[in-house]
Amino acid sequence: MAFNITEWYNDKLEGEVILNFNGSITPDLITEALGTIENSLNLKNEKNKIRKKVYNVFVECLQNLYHHVDKAPVDLHDNQQNNFGVIILSKDGSFYRISTGNFVDKSKINVIKDRIDQVNSLSDKEIRMLYLDIMSNGEFSDKGGGGLGMLDIVRKTGNKLEYYFYKYNDSHIFFSLDVYIS
Amino acid sequence: METIVREGTPKTPYVRLDGEKGIIEIKGRSIPENSIEFYKPLIDWLEEYSSDVNNDTAVNVQLEYFNTSSSKCILDIFKKLESIFKKGQKVEVNWYYEEDDEDMFEAGEDYQSIINIPFKMIEMEE
Repeated sequence: MAFNITEWYNDKLEGEVILNFNGSITPDLITEALGTIENSLNLKNEKNKIRKKVYNVFVECLQNLYHHVDKAPVDLHDNQQNNFGVIILSKDGSFYRISTGNFVDKSKINVIKDRIDQVNSLSDKEIRMLYLDIMSNGEFSDKGGGGLGMLDIVRKTGNKLEYYFYKYNDSHIFFSLDVYIS
Repeated sequence: METIVREGTPKTPYVRLDGEKGIIEIKGRSIPENSIEFYKPLIDWLEEYSSDVNNDTAVNVQLEYFNTSSSKCILDIFKKLESIFKKGQKVEVNWYYEEDDEDMFEAGEDYQSIINIPFKMIEMEE
């Protein structure tokens, strides 16, 4: 069965949704989205420690999208083609879930998969060592990413990343990522 | 030397670089998409400062949280400070964190493990 983005989206709206957005991921959108979650009562009533962790991981997820999304397929709404991404923050029982979705070129699947599998396979101590190593190399991508996003998310949440690749058409793959903060 | 003061914004911290008093302060949150753009002028300032330090330097870092691209730029700031310290000048970093904020505490430990300058961890009550 073909991948249906609306169904995927609806599946992710489980729990109490604090924020959901789909469209162009821009610096202004990131500022606005952060403002929205800062005003959420759910988070205002959280312990400082959890609240800051959610903000921090949320920003990292959005900036990961900002730095890495590929062009959306042409049959998606016209105004959503550039920097199209989806982000949903919800509270589900005792944990917060951040789900992101974006299109990537087929050619990038292996790189992303290897990266996440590697991060997921490391112990806490190994994650810290790798983090320090990459932080010290001082390299930045053209878009200003530092190559630390996924590591930081796993380090801060202490949970593995859950991801899926859905085939959208012959050239476009939809990359879905779930991050849990407990 | 010119004192640089930057007011905080939703994505960038308050910064004060005061060469005369030897005080460097970074406070608030640091989550810009393009961290280099924000930090480059500060690192350039430190470069100039390092060639003309004539007093002790106190560095106060009190961040609420920061993104990973800022983490690299903050390391660059510490590296500049380390070079001042290695020349025999007194430099001390005060790293502030809220009492239950283990992420910010660990971030301080990360820098401490890479940078060789006196580092004081200061816990703040909520």
